[in-house]
Amino acid sequence: MLQFVLRRLLAVLPVLLIVSMVVFLILRLAPGDPAAVIAGNSATNEEIDLIRQQLGLNGSILSQYFIWIGRVFQGDLGYSYYLSKPVTELVAQRVEPTLSLAAGTLVMAIAVAVPLGTIAAWRMGGWLDKILSGFSVAGFSVPVFVIGYLLIYLFAIRLDWLPVQGYKTLFGPRSVGVWDWMRQLILPWMTLAMIYVALIARVTRASVSEALTEDYIRTARAKGLTERVVLLRHALSNAAVPIVTVIGIGVALLIGGVVVTETVYAIPGLGMLTVDAVLNRDFPVIQGLVLLFSCAYVFINLLVDLSYLFLDPRIRY
Amino acid sequence: MSVAHRLWANGSIRFGAVVLGFMVLVSLLAPWLGTVDPAAMDFNHINKPAGLTGDFTLVDGSTVAHIFWLGTDSFGRDLYSRVVYGAQVSLMVGGFTAALALALGGFLGMLAGYFRQVDAVLMRFMDGLMAIPAILLAIALVAALGAQVATVVVAIAIPEVPRVTRLVRSLVLSLREEPFVEAARALATPTPVILWRHILPNALAPLIVQGTFVAASAVLTEAILSFLGLGLPPDIPTWGNIMAEGRVQFSQYPGNVLYPALFLVPTVLAVNLLGDGLRDVLDPKFAKRGT
Repeated sequence: MLQFVLRRLLAVLPVLLIVSMVVFLILRLAPGDPAAVIAGNSATNEEIDLIRQQLGLNGSILSQYFIWIGRVFQGDLGYSYYLSKPVTELVAQRVEPTLSLAAGTLVMAIAVAVPLGTIAAWRMGGWLDKILSGFSVAGFSVPVFVIGYLLIYLFAIRLDWLPVQGYKTLFGPRSVGVWDWMRQLILPWMTLAMIYVALIARVTRASVSEALTEDYIRTARAKGLTERVVLLRHALSNAAVPIVTVIGIGVALLIGGVVVTETVYAIPGLGMLTVDAVLNRDFPVIQGLVLLFSCAYVFINLLVDLSYLFLDPRIRY
Repeated sequence: MSVAHRLWANGSIRFGAVVLGFMVLVSLLAPWLGTVDPAAMDFNHINKPAGLTGDFTLVDGSTVAHIFWLGTDSFGRDLYSRVVYGAQVSLMVGGFTAALALALGGFLGMLAGYFRQVDAVLMRFMDGLMAIPAILLAIALVAALGAQVATVVVAIAIPEVPRVTRLVRSLVLSLREEPFVEAARALATPTPVILWRHILPNALAPLIVQGTFVAASAVLTEAILSFLGLGLPPDIPTWGNIMAEGRVQFSQYPGNVLYPALFLVPTVLAVNLLGDGLRDVLDPKFAKRGT
C-alpha cells in the first residue's frame, strides 16, 4: 500500500514539471521582448529593465526557467505590473468566490448525477434512462454561458426569484450570512453543474449497469435482499472506481466552466481575474493562474488515485 | 450492405448529417438568403425587435427593403445576417481545428506508437499538456499568440492534440504487430511507407470519429473564447462574438444572446450525434471500449 502511494506521488512530479515548462514557454510564444511583455502596456522603461534583471534574461532559457521555478517554490508567482500587486496577493483576494462556486457545484453535481445514473442503470430503457441519455448528449452541445443566460432569463428576470448577478462574501465583517450567500450562488451552481452532471451520470449508468450483470448481484437478489441494498451496497460500491475517476477528470471541465460562469454572473473570482489578465495582456497573472489551476487539477486527480485504495481493496500494486 | 447504406441506416448519423448539411448550405448561400452586409451599422435601426420589416441603410448610404427576422443589435447591425454569416466562420474554425488536431495528433501518435525510443518522452509531455485544463490552455495560447483566425484555430487545436495522440498511439501499438505489417517489413518496405500505406488506413475509422468530436468541441470553445472577449476580433461575425455583444444588455434584449444559440446548439448537437453514430458503425470495438 505504501508502495502504491509513493508510486502515485512520484508519477505526479514529471507531470508538474511539464506543466510548469509549458506555462513558462507560453509567454515566450508572445512576440517581442519578454520583459516588455511581462511588464505590460503601462510599464516604464525602468520597470522593464528591472524585470530583465530579475528574470536573468541575458542567461540561457534554461537558467531563466530555473530562476522562475525557484521563485514559484518560494511562493512567489510574479508581480502584476498592471495591477501593481504580487500575483499571490491577487489570488488570495479572489479565491473565496471561486472555491464557493466550484465546491458547491461539485457537491450538487455528485448529489444529482450518481442517483440519476444508478436509477437509469437499474431501469435501463425506462423513461428516466431515455431522458438521461438525451440529456447527456445535449449537455455537451450547449455552451455553459447559454445555460447561464437561460437560467438568468427564467429565474432572475421572468420569475424574479433569485438575484441576477454579483457576489457577496460569506466571511469577514461584510458577510451577508449563509442564506443570502447560497441564494446568489444557486444559479451559478446549476449552470456549472449541468455539463458535469451529464458526464458523471453517463459514466455512473455505464458502470452500474455493468456491475448489475455480475453473478454476485444475482446471488444477492436470490438471498432475498431488497433492491435498495442490492443497488447501493452491491452494485454502486462495485461501480465506484470509474465514477470517482470521471469526477476527477471532470474537474478540468469544471475549471474551464468556472471561468465562463464567473463572467456570466459577474462573480469576482479567479476566473474573472484570468479573463481580465488576458484582456490586459497581464502575463505574470496568466502564468500564475494557469499554473495554479493545473496544479489543483493534478492534485485532485492524485487524491482520486489514492481513493482507489479504499474503494477497491483489490488494488495493491 | 455497403458502407454508405450502413451509415445511412443509423438514425444519429442521418440526423447529424442532415442538420450539419443544412448549416453548411446556409453558410455557403449566405449572400442569397435575404441577408445584408453583416458589418453594416444602420443607426436608425438600433435594438429593433425580431420580425420587423423596413428599409435597411447600407454602408454606401443606399437603402434596401429588408425583413429583420431576428431584429438588430446595439450597433444597428442585422442579427439574422450576422448569424447566417457567423455560420461560415464558426463552421470553418470547427473544421480547421479538427483537421489540425488530427494531423498533429496523428503524426505524434504514429511516432510514439512505432518508435519505442521517442514513446516515453513524448507521452510524458502529452500527460503534462493534458494536466492543463483545455479552455485555460487555449486562453493562455490566445493571450500569447494574439487573436486571428489562424491563431485561434491553433489555440483550440493544441489542447486536443494529446487525446488524439494517445488514441493513435494505442492503435499503432496493436497494428504494428499485425501480420501485414510484419510482411511489409520483411519485404524491406521503407518505414514511412509502412506508416502511411499500411498503418494509417487501418487507424482511419477511429480517427474520423475522434475528429468529429474535436470539431464539435472546437465550435463550442470558439464560442466560449469569443464570448469572453478573448476570441476573434469583435468585427468578425461568429456566433460567439454575436452573443458577446448581446451580453451587455441581456436583461433588455435577451434575443441577441439566445438567437445565435438556436443555431449553435443544433450544430454542435448534430456533429456530436454524427460522431456517436460513426463510432457505432465504423468502430464497434471503440464503442464498447468508450463509456
